Formats: sequence, C-alpha cells, structure tokens
Amino acid sequence: MSASDHLIPVVVSNVVEVNPIIKRFEFKHVNGDELPAFSGGAHIVVEMLDDGTKRKNPYSLMSSPFERDQYAISVRRDDTGRGGSKFMHEQVTPGMQMKISAPVNLFALDLRARKHLMIAGGIGITPFIAQMTQADKLGVPFELHYAARSASQAAYMDSLADRFGDHVSCYCDDQGESVDFETLLSSQPLGTHVYVCGPKGMIERVVETATSLGWPAAHVHFEHFLAPPVGEPFEVHLAKAGIDITVGAEQSLLEAVEASGTPINCMCRGGACGQCETVVVACDGEIMHNDHWLDEEQRAAKQRIMPCVSRFRGKRLELDL
Amino acid sequence: MSESLIEESIISRPTYGALKIVPGLAHYFLADASGAECVIRVVQELPRDMMEKVHILYVPTPGETALITSLYALGANRFEHFPTIDDAVAKLGEWLSDAKMGSQLYLAGTEGLVGQGVAKGEACGLDHTAVQCEHRGSLARRVQCVHCKTMIEDVTTQPVKCPSCDLLLLVRDHYSRRLAAFQGGCINAEDPSEEIEIKEVFK
Ligand SMILES: Cc1cc2nc3c(=O)[nH]c(=O)nc-3n(C[C@H](O)[C@H](O)[C@H](O)COP(=O)(O)OP(=O)(O)OC[C@H]3O[C@@H](n4cnc5c(N)ncnc54)[C@H](O)[C@@H]3O)c2cc1C
Ligand code: FES
Repeated sequence: MSASDHLIPVVVSNVVEVNPIIKRFEFKHVNGDELPAFSGGAHIVVEMLDDGTKRKNPYSLMSSPFERDQYAISVRRDDTGRGGSKFMHEQVTPGMQMKISAPVNLFALDLRARKHLMIAGGIGITPFIAQMTQADKLGVPFELHYAARSASQAAYMDSLADRFGDHVSCYCDDQGESVDFETLLSSQPLGTHVYVCGPKGMIERVVETATSLGWPAAHVHFEHFLAPPVGEPFEVHLAKAGIDITVGAEQSLLEAVEASGTPINCMCRGGACGQCETVVVACDGEIMHNDHWLDEEQRAAKQRIMPCVSRFRGKRLELDL
Repeated sequence: MSESLIEESIISRPTYGALKIVPGLAHYFLADASGAECVIRVVQELPRDMMEKVHILYVPTPGETALITSLYALGANRFEHFPTIDDAVAKLGEWLSDAKMGSQLYLAGTEGLVGQGVAKGEACGLDHTAVQCEHRGSLARRVQCVHCKTMIEDVTTQPVKCPSCDLLLLVRDHYSRRLAAFQGGCINAEDPSEEIEIKEVFK
C-alpha cells in the first residue's frame, strides 16, 4: 500500500499564471472538508488523467501549513518532460476535479534548529514558501537565499521580499549575481540547519561546501525535484506475480509495475523516501541507479533497486514483486 | 590509541574514542592535566597555517606548570588555563557563543571534564557529531543523587554516601548527558539498617 492509494478528491479552485513558465494551482476538497495537516517542506502527489495515460507527479505544497481549507502548488512547465507539467499548464482549469495524495514530508524543518538557512534555486523555492510561513510563526530565525536565472522567471521573488523583508536575499544570474556559498556557510551561528532545493549542481555545491567546512551531516538538508529519467525500453520479470512486463521509454519502472496491477509501495516517486525499495532476485546487466536512497555499496551489490527513478539495461532483471 | 580503561556496559554509559582532527572552520580544545598529552599529540601534527583556527582551554593540576608551557608552545590562536573545570567550561561557553557552524570541539581528560564539555557543547548548539572525546586518567565519577539532586564530584567508591541527604547511593552506569553525571540511587531503601561495605572501585 502506498500514500497514493488513498487519494483525496479535490476541485481546482484557482489557476494563476505566475510568470510565463510557472503556474500556481489551488485545490479545495470536493466536499469543502478540511484537508490533511502538513508541515513546511511537504509535497503531494497529483494524479493526472491525460487522454488514457495516468501520471502521478509530486509537487511541494507552498500554501500556509496553518490553513487547511486549501492547498497551493506551483508547477514549472517542462516542455522536454513526458508531459505531466505540460498537462498541468495546458489542461488544468478552475472547476476541474482531480485526485491528490495526502501530504508527505521528506524535507521538514528540524525544529531543534536555532536558525534555519534556506537556499533555493528556481522552482526549488516552493517548499520554502511554506517553511518560511511556519518558521515565521514559530518565531525561529530564518534566512532565505533565492537564486533564479532572471527576475522575470523568479516566481514570488518580489512578494517574498515584501513579506519577509531582511530575511530574504535575491540573486539573478542575468544580473551577474550569485550566492557566495563559502562565505554564507562560514558565518552561521552554532545550531543552524541549512536546507537546499534547486538544480542538482546547486545542491551538490552546498552539500560539498558545508561538509568541507565541518558542518555535521545532520544539519544539512536537501531535496531534489527529481523526475524519472527516460531511457531505452526494457523487460522485467516480476517473480511473485509470475509475469513479464515491459517498461516503455518514457515510463518509469514504478509506473510499469503499477500498470500491470502488481502491488508496490511508493511515496515520493522521486528517489528520496525509500518506500519503493525492491529486492532484485536476478540481474544480468546494469542497473542505472538514479535515486538518492541507496548508498554506493548497495548500488554496486545490485541486490536492490528503486523503481520510481531507476532503470535497467541488459539481458535479464528479475524482481521480488 | 585510546588508553581509557572503561569497560563496556549499558548503552547509556558513555564510551570514548581517540581525538582526531577533522575538517572544520575552527577547532576548540578543552583538557585537564590527564588529557593534555592528547591535545599536544593532535595539535602538533597540524600545519602552521591552521593554528589560527585552534583555541585551547586547560585545567592544570595545582602547582603543575610543565604542561602549561608545552600547551602554550603549540602556538594556538587562543590559550587560556583555569584552576577549576567549572571556570574552564564557563569560558568554553563564552567562546562557543561566538563560534560558527563548522566548529569542532575536542575534549580530553577525566570523565567529569569530558561530560561537562559535552553538555556545554550541546547547550551551545553543537551537534554531537562535532564533539570528540578522549578519556584519560582517573575513573572517578560525577554522580547525581537522584533523591536530593546534589551533584557529588570525584566519586571513587561504591556505594557512596550523599553528603547532602546522607542516603547511601548505588552508583549506577546509567548516565545523564544533560547533567553530565551518573545516577546514584539509594542502595538500602528497603532496610536502611542494612550494613553495606564501601569499596574503592572507580580509580
Ligand atoms: C519531492 C518533489 C517535489 C517536487 N515539487 C515540485 C514543485 O513544487 N514544482 C515543480 O514544478 N516541480 C516539482 N517537482 C518535479 C515534478 O514532480 C515533475 O518532475 C516536473 O513537473 C516535471 O514533470 P513532467 O511530467 O513535465 O516531466 P517528466 O517526464 O517527469 O520529466 C522531466 C525531465 O525529464 C527529462 N526528460 C523527460 N522526457 C525526456 C525526453 N523525451 N528526452 C529528453 N529528456 C527527457 C527532462 O530532463 C525533463 O526535464 C517535485 C519533485 C519531487 C520529487
Ligand atoms: S517512491 Fe520514494 S524512493 Fe521510490
């Protein structure tokens, strides 16, 4: 069973074009009920029924954790993707009914922190909007450093600067501005926790810089907005179900298993939560581990796979499903 | 490397390793006379240009000066010594209140010093993974009487008499990190007239 088995029926209450590439979607429960409580950094999985294809994409909640009558997410349009974000941008309109999962938080604030240092890149701003609302209300010091390609693409930059004043610093690539991670991470009081969400390179630089300066790993938090990578189609044998399935080029292994009707756990669908971890019964070939869950040793052993994001190339892959 | 004589016991009973310099923005040391050589051992291996990041606090045994001289000669950015653990730990708190993330704390010496250094580090916001401890010297314990909450320093006997409420306490391996003290509970509560031999066990 997984979080997305108990979907919540919602109605799209509002769609706002934030800028040419980002739209905000607001959801209310179809019966007007309160939606489940969540904390800053949580995401929901949105189910999209697009002309016979069922897609499920995770999106961070940006609305206030203290308001349960509606949720808001912001989606960046990704034209090279398989179409989830494109579907949201082109097909989703106010009044439409959709299904979402209950919120799951893999990027929560550590409430022991004496200060929260948040670093966002591009669309990675979304979880921080909810987190700042939370930190502000709790009265814990926080600071946001928000980098984007240009001011016109930087969703909510102005409104966040207005709302949180000095707590927010903005950087636009096209103005030649960038975050000096070394200086920033060298000047934080003891007890600070750092959180980063943005492009892969940015997350890596923050984690590397913090580690080399001596930051304890438990004080460094990150979330990748990982989308399942596409690749060559491949065959998989599901040992318990006793069936062979084909994973399409633009499908994830998790999606293919779900489409076959075989039960499988999942939560984040982005290689981060560990829920979909599956035992490999036999592997003659190479597993492309794209997750952030398994460690180097586990990857090399080829005895585990994270079907939400990982793929296979070779002769035979047999899973304990 | 560690020359600690501590035997394995319950999980709550701390065990200690050997100090080793790890990457850090600043390196804070606190030692007493039995731990001084641990500080000297790791700090003298450091390149000159790193001494700027080193800060040392020391609690000598009364009258001793040789180790003060050796520690001073290491050339740390700051070196200060204090007659008591309390004073040195208070100073550590002052230093750490200005410290930045990436700071590392190294503690070496008797358990009382190490435990109070750990508690101060935690109170100042240091993650436990940024604190290293090396135990040296006496196994004397800092004990809290669980009945009247008195802290008893340098306990070497089992049981020990609480100087404040006079109960005879069994010194347990149960250790409080917050208080930096072992817990002592009445050993003859059922029959206070029971005579129990007091032995010197924590040397
Ligand atoms: C925990 C979590 C929270 C998230 N929160 C948000 C959020 O708040 N806002 C948001 O906008 N997104 C968020 N995401 C990302 C989001 O779930 C989707 O991955 C994103 O919207 C893209 O979805 P898609 O279906 O359009 O594209 P997908 O098909 O899922 O994949 C997009 C990427 O895959 C590659 N790709 C796909 N197909 C091809 C192809 N044919 N050729 C070459 N490359 C290809 C491209 O690099 C593309 O950028 C989050 C992800 C996670 C894991
Ligand atoms: S569903 Fe979370 S790691 Fe795969």
